[in-house]
Amino acid sequence: MAFLDFRGGSGRVQIVSKRRATCGRHSWSPRVGACVQRTHLVRKRALLGGSNKPRLHVGSGAMEGAMQTESKIRADSRTEPGPRGPGCSLRHFACEQNLLSRPDGSASFLQGDTSVLAGVYGPAEVKISKEIFNKATLEVILRPKTGLPGVAEKSRERLIRNTCEAVVLGALHPRTSITVVLQVVSDAGSLLACCLNAACMALVDAGVPMRALFCGVTCALDSDGTLMLDPTAKQEKPQRAEHCWEALRDDHHRGCPSGVEYCALEAPVGATWWDHEARAVLTFALDSVERKLLMSTTKGLYSDAELQQCLAAAQTASTHVFRFYRESLQRRYSKS
Amino acid sequence: MKETPLSNCERRFLLRAIEEKKRLDGRQTYDYRNIKISFGTDYGCCIVELGKTRVLGQVSCELVSPKLNRATEGILFFNLELSQMAAPAFEPGRQSDLLVKLNRLLERCLRNSKCIDTESLCVVAGEKVWQIRVDLHLLNHDGNIIDAASIAAIVALCHFRRPDVSVQGDEVTLYTLEERDPVPLSIHHMPICVSFAFFQQGTYLLVDPSEREERVMDGLLVIAMNKHREICTIQSSGGIMLLKDQVLRCSKIAGVKVVEITELIQKALENDQKVRKEGGKFGFAESMANQRITAFKMEKAPIDTSDVEEKAEEIISEAEPPSEVVSKPVLWTPGTAQIGEGIENSWGHLEDSEKEDEDEGGNDEAVILDGIKMDAGVDVSHIGSQDAPIVLSDSEEEEMIILEPDKNPKKIRTQTISATQVKAPSKKPVKKRKKKRAAN
Repeated sequence: MAFLDFRGGSGRVQIVSKRRATCGRHSWSPRVGACVQRTHLVRKRALLGGSNKPRLHVGSGAMEGAMQTESKIRADSRTEPGPRGPGCSLRHFACEQNLLSRPDGSASFLQGDTSVLAGVYGPAEVKISKEIFNKATLEVILRPKTGLPGVAEKSRERLIRNTCEAVVLGALHPRTSITVVLQVVSDAGSLLACCLNAACMALVDAGVPMRALFCGVTCALDSDGTLMLDPTAKQEKPQRAEHCWEALRDDHHRGCPSGVEYCALEAPVGATWWDHEARAVLTFALDSVERKLLMSTTKGLYSDAELQQCLAAAQTASTHVFRFYRESLQRRYSKS
Repeated sequence: MKETPLSNCERRFLLRAIEEKKRLDGRQTYDYRNIKISFGTDYGCCIVELGKTRVLGQVSCELVSPKLNRATEGILFFNLELSQMAAPAFEPGRQSDLLVKLNRLLERCLRNSKCIDTESLCVVAGEKVWQIRVDLHLLNHDGNIIDAASIAAIVALCHFRRPDVSVQGDEVTLYTLEERDPVPLSIHHMPICVSFAFFQQGTYLLVDPSEREERVMDGLLVIAMNKHREICTIQSSGGIMLLKDQVLRCSKIAGVKVVEITELIQKALENDQKVRKEGGKFGFAESMANQRITAFKMEKAPIDTSDVEEKAEEIISEAEPPSEVVSKPVLWTPGTAQIGEGIENSWGHLEDSEKEDEDEGGNDEAVILDGIKMDAGVDVSHIGSQDAPIVLSDSEEEEMIILEPDKNPKKIRTQTISATQVKAPSKKPVKKRKKKRAAN
């Protein structure tokens, strides 16, 4: 059984027949008002794992004429059997310290494909206008990869600065400045958490006194409430699927897992599907001593029970991150 | 942060060493430092390391309308940023001279040499063309920024793939990355800058100066060349006076160096393409050296989240119950509502005396001429406790203001300001709450 999906909207459309009755092989397009044959290539959707199997697109929801219906995509078979399916897992981590010669401390932190480079200068001279008489002035600068820094960067800088101020022992270095410069090298999801981790490792490399280490963990909540830790860019953002018509046959109908009721020949007009819809994305910064919460920023809709669940999951994940920190520092400083 | 000045003894040492044909890092006069090129997972992203100088380059594209005088050509945009982590002296306001000089040189090298075919970037003449944007970030400054930046720019441009577009008559189809493989840019040649530093009024010359050598140099000559020995740009700065044969000699050296560097770039690009085609792992994670003790990797770690629900329930059950729900908003007039009661007005004393005055008949005349109005007759003492004229304040007497544009303005004792219109007139002012009065 071949399940093909075609691109709706723009694209080459060749009208095969204006009579619905003759619409057998080809898909009836209510919008065009005729049976159409798509003339360009069958598009194969890349799944998470990047497989090329054609995906099953089914939609639920009654026809509502011209109104847009939102239906969800359910892949009938996940081609990636990895641990990210039912459970949660953190992506592959890598960290390199002291890679830049000019800053006092530097670290490059990689989480899967997301990579952030951090450089720390400090404690160093501070401008009189910015000096604080009894503690160090902490400054965080975040630069995106393309374009000029905007408001999103400013808000992230502020979040990172607040986290750092909570752990750095600024009172030991009054009238100095500690500057943390972060450069986004690649962004593939959980950017803020990666920035926090890179900043922490860079501060450690610079020898800035801190009362605890900190780490960032991102959680995403699916539309059914499934928790995903360390989400990729695809999992964080809802993706809009194109209109999709299929020549479903009756025997497929019966075997369809989600009990599709409608006939594909009468596909709803303007139906959109959401791919891995993230209802909410929550980022937490946790400290290493007691896994207490240093900073949290969230986007989206969630209940308070879900918030506590995400926080508990983040605390469990942070144990792994701190173990990673410890092992990487042990590798560097141990004598054997 | 201010730049640490170079000490005199260091300066003398460097100059003396150069006179004896010795360099701090042991290189020969015409030697380049090690060049290392690594690519990221997205197309068009690369990091170039020239010794310790590190530059990150990223190319991105966008469909825009073309410039009016060049309707059939795409647009190229270059931007080199000296990140603050590259050197402590690179603060946002302070590096403008150097920044302008480097950006201008880079533009001349890449744009004016026409190394990229801009005609091929045209999609629909006069309407849609590709705008290619090259962002370069200097991550670490150890001298010779311009060479590293030009290498990073050309490598990123060669590595970049733009989405495929097809035009059929009036229809333009832009294919996503999953539909059709992205298409590389059409690049004619690869111009690369080579820098020469001059010392002692042009007597001594060094190729690829490091940061210390740059501090003591007299002048800099930059030659941008491609492997076909075509000079794309020449720039001499610093006020040194060079002889003709010196410039010729430099161009010959540059020719040799550029050929070597171009070979290196081609090899790196081929390697990356091979790895991608074979499905191997690519990206910055792979190019991180494993054997360094400062580098550490950890594989995917599954996390056991089975007990999160119990933990969450525990926390919620132990938590204090939320405070009483605030009373529902009270709607005074259409468009004016109140939530909560606000704090007591601390200007109690003044208010009392004012109220006495009013009782004696000094009405606040709210002259209403039309629609929304600002109440100018309100006691000045009360304005201070109100944030904005439109906010209905709670801590004083509230009386409705009835605004009737057609009739005569009603003389209503008003102490609040409301910027809404009420259609139903009521003759008497409605006194909603008189906390102060009750208290008194």
